[in-house]
Amino acid sequence: MIDIQNVRKSFGDLEVLKGIDLTVERGEVVTVIGGSGSGKSTLLTCINGLEPINGGKITIDGTEVHARSTDLNKLRTKVGIVFQQFNAFPHLTVMENVTLAPRKVLGMGRAEAEAIAEKQLRHVGLADKLSTYPSRLSGGQQQRMAIARALAMSPGYMLFDEVTSALDPQLVGEVLETLKMLAEEGMTMILVTHEMSFARDVSDRVAFFHKGVMAEIGAPDQLFGAPRHPETQAFLSKVR
Amino acid sequence: MKDLLTGLLGAPEGVVLYQLLFATQFTIYLSAIAFAGGGTVGALVTLLRIAPARSARSLATAYIWFFQSAPLLMLLFLFGLGVPRLLGVNVNVWLAASAALTLYTSAYLAEVWRSAVQSIPTGQWEGAEALGLRFWQTLRLVVLPQAVRVSLAPTVGFLVQIIKGTSLAYIIGFSDLMSVGKRWANAPVEGTEPFIIYPLMALIYFALCFPLSRLSLGLEKRLGTVRKTPPIAA
Repeated sequence: MIDIQNVRKSFGDLEVLKGIDLTVERGEVVTVIGGSGSGKSTLLTCINGLEPINGGKITIDGTEVHARSTDLNKLRTKVGIVFQQFNAFPHLTVMENVTLAPRKVLGMGRAEAEAIAEKQLRHVGLADKLSTYPSRLSGGQQQRMAIARALAMSPGYMLFDEVTSALDPQLVGEVLETLKMLAEEGMTMILVTHEMSFARDVSDRVAFFHKGVMAEIGAPDQLFGAPRHPETQAFLSKVR
Repeated sequence: MKDLLTGLLGAPEGVVLYQLLFATQFTIYLSAIAFAGGGTVGALVTLLRIAPARSARSLATAYIWFFQSAPLLMLLFLFGLGVPRLLGVNVNVWLAASAALTLYTSAYLAEVWRSAVQSIPTGQWEGAEALGLRFWQTLRLVVLPQAVRVSLAPTVGFLVQIIKGTSLAYIIGFSDLMSVGKRWANAPVEGTEPFIIYPLMALIYFALCFPLSRLSLGLEKRLGTVRKTPPIAA
C-alpha cells in the first residue's frame, strides 16, 4: 500500500504540492490527470524518493520514504518508475540495459538475470531485440524497453510519468497496450497521463490535480462522465 | 646511428642531428610521465569534483582553479629552484620537472573530464538512480563509459600541449630536445646557426605532435563531441 499524507513540496518559493492525500491499495490502478504545472509529475518523483518533500509523509508498505533511516536504493527496488524520456543507457544493449540493475543491485548472477530480462522483454514484445543498441530502436521500443527494465526488478509498484508524451503519435498505441496489459495482470500502478480515453479505460480511480491540489478523485465513469469540481469540468472540456 | 648520420651528412651536421634526436627521447619520456602522473591525479580530482559531498567538490574546484592559473614556468621554478632551497637538498631535475608538469596536467585534465561527465544528460543519472543503483555504481557503470567516449578527443588533443609544455623544463636544467638544440644554436659552429637549428627542432616537435592532433580529430569525428541531448529515435 502506498499511503500519501498531506504531502507538501516546494521548489524555492513555488509550492507545487499543497497537501496531497492519497492511498493506493495493492492491485489498484490510479491515473493522475491535470494541466501542466499541476504537480502531478512531482508527486511521482516524491513517491520513490527522487525528490525530497517539505511536509507530510509517504509510506510504502509501512516504510516511510523520506525518513532518514530509510535506504532509498533498497526502497526503489520495490517501486519502479518509467519516465517521459526513456533514459535508455546508450552504451549498453537492450539485454544489458535490463540486466544491469538485477545484477548490480539485487546481486543476481548473469544467467538468472538474463532469464528474467528475456522474459520481461518478450512480455513487452522486444524478444528479437536483445543484442540491439537503443539507438537502433524506435521511441516506442525504447520506452517498452524502459518498462521491461523496471519490471525486471520485480517491483511491487510501478509509477509511470507521462510515458507516451515524448513519442510520435503512431507509437503511442504500442506503449499504451503494454501498460494496459500490466494493469490487467494486477500490477499496482500510478500513472500520470494525458491520454484521457486510456485513463478511462484502465483506471480503478482517476485523480484530477489542479495547481498543486488534488481537486477531485473518483471512479473513471464518475470523473469523466459527471465531474463535480468546476476546474475538472473546465479541464475536461478543453482536452476533449 | 650516430655514425650513419655523420657519414650521411658529415660533421658537424650529422652529430648535431644525432644529438637532437637522442635528446628527443627525454622529451617523450617527460611527456609520458606528465601524462601518466597528471592523468592519475586528474582522475582523482575529477572524482572529488563530482562527488556528492560538497566539501570534496569545493576542494577539487579550488585545486583546479589554482593550478590552472599558475603558469607552468612558475611551477617549474618552484619545484626546480624553490623547493630545493627551502629544504636545503638537491632535488633531482627529473623529479622537479615531473612534479610541475603533473600538477599542471592534472588540473587541465580534471576540468576536461569533469565537463565530459557533466555533459551526460541528467536523465541517465535519474534512470539509474530509479533502478536502485547507488551514486558510485551509476558513475562507474552508466556515466563514465559514456563520458570516456566524449572526453577521448580533447584528452588526446591536450597531449600536444603537454609535449610542448615539456620544452620549458630546460630552464631548470632538464636536458631535452629544447635544451640540446638551444646549446647548439648558441655554439659558434658553422652549420648550427639559430636559423638552422630552430626550424629543425620545430620539425621534430611537429613530428611528435601532428600525429596526435590527427588522432584527436579522427576520434572527434568518430565518437562525436560533447552531446547535450540524448538521441531520440522517432
